[in-house]
Amino acid sequence: MALLEIKNVGISFGGLRAVDKCNIVLEKGELIGLIGPNGAGKTTVFNMLTGVYLPTEGDIIFEGKSIVGLKPYNITERGIARTFQNIRLFKDLTVLDNVKIPYHMHAKHGVISSVLRLPAFFKGEQEITEKALECLEVFGLSDKKDELSRNLPYGQQRRLEIARALAAKPRLLLLDEPAAGMNPQETHDLMELIYWIRDKFDLTILLIEHDMSLVMGVCERIYVLDYGKIIAEGTPDEIKTNPKVIEAYLGKEVHV
Amino acid sequence: MNDQNKSGSFWKRNTPGILVAVGLLAVYLILHFWIQGFEIGGNKYQLNKYYTLNIYLMGMNIILAVSLNLVCGITGQLALGHAGFMAVGAYTSAVCTMKLGLPFAVGLLAGGLVAAVMGIIIGLPTLRLKGDYLAIATLGMGEIIRVILINIDYVGGASGLSPIPKLTNWTWIFFITVGTVLFVKNFINSTYGRACISVREDEIAAETMGINSTRYKTMAFCFGAFFAGVAGGLYAHNFFIIQPNLFNFFKSFEYLVMVVLGGLGSLTGSVLAASGLTVVNLALQNVPDLRMVVYSLVLITVMLFRPGGLMGTKELTFSIFKLNKKRGGDRGTSGN
Amino acid sequence: MEILIQQLINGIALGSIYALIALGYTMVYGIIQLINFAHGDIYMVGAFVAFFLISIFHLPFFAALIIAMLACSLLGVIIERVAYKPLRNQNRLTALITAIGVSFFLEYTMMYFVKPDPRAFPASFKLHNITIGNVVISSKDILILIISFTLMLILTYIVNRTKTGKSMRAVSFDKDAAQLMGIDVNKTISATFAIGSSLAAAAGVLVGMYYGQIDPLMGIMPGLKAFIAAVIGGIGIIPGAAFGGLILGVTEALVSGAGYSMLRDAVAFVVLILILIIKPTGILGKNIREKV
Repeated sequence: MALLEIKNVGISFGGLRAVDKCNIVLEKGELIGLIGPNGAGKTTVFNMLTGVYLPTEGDIIFEGKSIVGLKPYNITERGIARTFQNIRLFKDLTVLDNVKIPYHMHAKHGVISSVLRLPAFFKGEQEITEKALECLEVFGLSDKKDELSRNLPYGQQRRLEIARALAAKPRLLLLDEPAAGMNPQETHDLMELIYWIRDKFDLTILLIEHDMSLVMGVCERIYVLDYGKIIAEGTPDEIKTNPKVIEAYLGKEVHV
Repeated sequence: MNDQNKSGSFWKRNTPGILVAVGLLAVYLILHFWIQGFEIGGNKYQLNKYYTLNIYLMGMNIILAVSLNLVCGITGQLALGHAGFMAVGAYTSAVCTMKLGLPFAVGLLAGGLVAAVMGIIIGLPTLRLKGDYLAIATLGMGEIIRVILINIDYVGGASGLSPIPKLTNWTWIFFITVGTVLFVKNFINSTYGRACISVREDEIAAETMGINSTRYKTMAFCFGAFFAGVAGGLYAHNFFIIQPNLFNFFKSFEYLVMVVLGGLGSLTGSVLAASGLTVVNLALQNVPDLRMVVYSLVLITVMLFRPGGLMGTKELTFSIFKLNKKRGGDRGTSGN
Repeated sequence: MEILIQQLINGIALGSIYALIALGYTMVYGIIQLINFAHGDIYMVGAFVAFFLISIFHLPFFAALIIAMLACSLLGVIIERVAYKPLRNQNRLTALITAIGVSFFLEYTMMYFVKPDPRAFPASFKLHNITIGNVVISSKDILILIISFTLMLILTYIVNRTKTGKSMRAVSFDKDAAQLMGIDVNKTISATFAIGSSLAAAAGVLVGMYYGQIDPLMGIMPGLKAFIAAVIGGIGIIPGAAFGGLILGVTEALVSGAGYSMLRDAVAFVVLILILIIKPTGILGKNIREKV
């Protein structure tokens, strides 16, 4: 059984057909790329997957159950986490507190024991802190744990966002342009990191990216979206030579 | 994980807390005896009624400002209906003690609980709104509560409810004020408080990180309403009479002003601003005609020169006195 | 039936007052996203300026009206320059609190000088009542309607046809882009405050004439209700403010007419909350989806 099945999903904003009859299938453990020109509807697909937007038609099946109509936090609880194209960290919280937020879902202590500072509170908070620190350690952000996340350099903010998404303990991770604004060296490091987290956390990853070297380098399969429609699907080599894809990116009458 | 947490270092670890506790106890005892009156060498010292009243008011203002800060500053929901919850608490508790003959403590608790339930009823539909829309909707809700109270004859309508027994005293004020501040402080320094802050920072990101934003907005609103209700109970049992028009939207503004002046999200800021404005008000009693003119000028000036409020989002802590740089035990230490 | 028509007429008169104030709210909100709580007090100042002009200098009503409008537009510009402009890039709550401060300042400074008691607004012309069946239309109603609709027409012309109006629309759409296109944003914001304040002043003078009584705190409730009218119509949208004002005025008049005048003030808020819950951007507003 596929981990995630997007079946004939479509969404309209007013008169605009942003995504139309989109079909994507992810098997467990895969690392899949979603590419397409600007405005093709890639982020909209992510927004539908995470419950931020409600698809106007079609169905999304995650681990055998439909997740359409669930609230974003329900979907996160089910095991899908994401990052954002334009980094959306909790800017006035420290790095450590940013990573603590997703562990809230699994907190065992209640409001009352928090307010009364009962032993359950100390135990629960201790647990959250330890897990959050472990997570930061993995991403090499331990020494920045007390800094406000707004003060981190750009590349580290991107890493922190991935760390925060992983803290939600997902089985499917959605990365929205993780390499945007990074230089080639940073992009290379990111590639390594993506491979590594997939194996370490036993994840399935769907990533949107404009940086072709990254997409072609890490992805096992690629979907191409143009004007809201999937126009091609295949391995990086197949995609590179697919005439429809070339047309979408470069326009017609280009000799390959 | 760290040896510091073992019993031997209990005193060292909790130095700031203990100092604050001792300080507060001293304040409590001194004012307790001063308000009651005491004799030294044949001279009788007693705080006059007027100052006593203002100390009580200071306590109530702190409760209201801190509880509003939980909603506006911590959770980031601009609510302008705090006086409405205060009214609900005031009327409920007064009815409990006056008409039902219940003890004061029960009255206060009932006032708080009814206000909290109102908070949930009002919060669920309105908290979907954002920013200014939420502000104006909560302001409207507060005004609706006031108009409804005017139209209930059982509680005296527009002419008000009296005579309410004077049951509020320094002990009630002090312990409820300290309790409220402690409650809110403990709440915001827990995973629940962080959830509220994450909603303030970025609601969509919070939702995709598994935070049910409606739940935490309503929770903050409900707690805020509870404490406003309790403060309303204290207020009612201090002034003999309450009228619906006392709790109009200007009252809500007053507390919002305290919160913003102190710094949104800063508890110590709210406490300082609430106390400070009470003192400013007291000092201006001598010039009744100009009181509000000066008050408004102070407000405008502070906002123009300290737009983030007196404290910004920071807290006044002991670390500025270099006593203890680390926060309490919940923070733990890093593993590297 | 006659009672209903009578109440409708009263409601439209009251509603056009709300509309005039609401226009200023909505223009200011549209351009700097600030609920200008002091706006209702500018309406009060307008009424007092006209009061002094008529009762002390014996000016005719229309001269007083125009001078009051000019004086208040100046006041509006000064308030913006002194109190709001320095906070333009700050947290919006800061500006909101400052607006509340300015509101208190205007109310209580006025109260310091004229004392809190209501003053009788001089009746500056004779009343003629037109009676149709049992319905009485006073010349005051007609005057309010004529003046407020004239002002709204002038405003529509300014906003849609003049250069200032175009820059106002541009700035409210995108301040930074407008600046890059060579529009003087500061001047445009000042112009918005000037126009909005003069409309509020006109409303103040008309109310003074209509009810014959003014006091320093008279601006609070109408100010708040006008803001509600702006929200009902869709804040930032100019026809919405006029529309919301009329809806609110008529609803209130009908509720009073039905014998529930005690509940009149609550009605505005109930309408507001219903609208906000059903269509949060107001009747004429467009839904804007947050970009993720």
